[in-house]
Amino acid sequence: MIKKLFYLVLFIFLPIKVFALIEIDITRGNLDPLPLAVSPLSIDDLSKKEFKNIVKIENIGSEISNIVENNLRTSGLFNPLSKDAFLQAPDIANLKPRFEDWRLIKAQALITGKVSYINEKLRVEFRLWDVLAAKEMMALAFTTVPSNWRRVGHIITDKIYERLTGEKGYFDTRIIYVAEEGPKTKRIKKLAIMDQDGFNNKFLTLGNELVLTPRFNPTSQMVTYLSYFKNLPRVYLLDIETGTQEVVGDFPGMTFAPRFSPNGKKIIMSFAKDGKSDIYTMDLENRIVERITNHPSIDTSPSYSPDGKYICFNSDRSGYQQIYVMNSDGTNVKRISFGKGLYGTPVWSPRGDLIAFTKLHKGKFYIGVMRVDGSGERLLTENFYQEAPSWSPNGRVLIFYRETKTNAKGEGFSAKLWSIDLTGYNERLVETATDASDPSWSSLLSN
Amino acid sequence: MLVLATCLVLTACASKKVETLSGQIQGDVYTGTDTVEYLADGVKDRVFFATNESILTTASRETLRAQAAWLRKNSSINVVVEGHADERGTREYNLALGERRANAAKDYLMTYGISSDRISVLSYGKERPVDSGSNPLAWSKNRRSVTVKAN
Repeated sequence: MIKKLFYLVLFIFLPIKVFALIEIDITRGNLDPLPLAVSPLSIDDLSKKEFKNIVKIENIGSEISNIVENNLRTSGLFNPLSKDAFLQAPDIANLKPRFEDWRLIKAQALITGKVSYINEKLRVEFRLWDVLAAKEMMALAFTTVPSNWRRVGHIITDKIYERLTGEKGYFDTRIIYVAEEGPKTKRIKKLAIMDQDGFNNKFLTLGNELVLTPRFNPTSQMVTYLSYFKNLPRVYLLDIETGTQEVVGDFPGMTFAPRFSPNGKKIIMSFAKDGKSDIYTMDLENRIVERITNHPSIDTSPSYSPDGKYICFNSDRSGYQQIYVMNSDGTNVKRISFGKGLYGTPVWSPRGDLIAFTKLHKGKFYIGVMRVDGSGERLLTENFYQEAPSWSPNGRVLIFYRETKTNAKGEGFSAKLWSIDLTGYNERLVETATDASDPSWSSLLSN
Repeated sequence: MLVLATCLVLTACASKKVETLSGQIQGDVYTGTDTVEYLADGVKDRVFFATNESILTTASRETLRAQAAWLRKNSSINVVVEGHADERGTREYNLALGERRANAAKDYLMTYGISSDRISVLSYGKERPVDSGSNPLAWSKNRRSVTVKAN
């Protein structure tokens, strides 16, 4: 009710306050997504024909606008209106929208654009319009190779998201995860990578050995993960482009739970020996290994703060799994989780202010967040089994995996990726070709 | 009427399950023989653990003493102790927990005279359950360490 009133007030005052263009507050759960219209990007017949030859897409202009529309919808902040209701043709709308037409279908913002084939390149221009204020909010153009056409849709979405919310987007990104198949007792697992919206899926390993917990480096070109190659569970480093792999360090036992440091120069991980697990780092340039914790307990799931000064990790030194924070050299260890239940998989937010975690309490699993001093615990979602949150690069969305309960015969097991807003709203299944687990979100590929 | 019938069926199932459980789990540790295999004649290959624990029960110690006795007689054979966890924990913690359980078994074998060179440990965390069920009995079977011949 209050929100409705707010829009009404906005409507009345907008024409007077010239600079008060549309803004979206993403710090609260958005139950009233902003209605907007994504007009298909217009395209001339000649360009259409060229792209049809190159990328095998009938109308690349419509397809790019579909990507934008789908991204905006899944963000939960926007409500893209049905194209059937659009009154103005794409090419005319891009030149000068008839704002009355768009107001009629209750669009508050309008996205228009044009695609052309110039010198064997894909050129895209797009505009964002404030329909109520009858003003252009943004106009951008860029040129790229035609094969990048899906990324164009993601980059446009990022620009729109940033203009309307004031924060960086997360659409031109990829997810690395573990693709799963086969019975629960003999699961086959492969590393896989896909665009954030599930397209361009690619397997990076063949499934001959068990692989777990892949994580991107800050430039999203390298991945660190756990592989059971030759039945020796070790942390590996993989270059996505070249496919080269190497073992990280020379440890006389299992290394696991790897992550990159924020500058990408170190890998932090656990090393298990004689029934205890401690946290170590290895410098990727000089190969120097440093021991960070030294305790008879299990210390695992380390994750750096974005400034690299602190590390949060999981330890059962109190008797049960809890979350701790320490300086990056291992000094000043402090327990921060004190709620009821067990806590695991702490991950520091890219904004630095929160730590996401998995919690097990009374037989239920929760994904939650707390401040870095442990205060303000908030549980976002409850389920039979879910864990391992990973942050979107703007720190607004978490992706994690969820497993189903099997029936009395042990059938019906599945593992899927899910995402949820930091606000606890907008929980969504992330579609994958196979069952999936251990997702890790890349950084923004274009900046 | 239908609702009532469903309730009755559910109650019947529930009470039946409790009976089965009490026969095969004691103090959260699996005591049945369903999944147990043999390292050699009469020598069980595995021991079971309580949730989040790596403490060996009296029965587990007995099994491990039998393994140690057999290993002393068969000094050319080396073993891998594989440690496992149930699915009710986070993947990374479970990898560490599996390693801890395997080491608990290894340490006990060592106190009965088996050299540490002959025993390697390998944790699978929750990756290789023997029972794919999502219930306390299945989970108790999966919380285990298994001694496997390495050569």
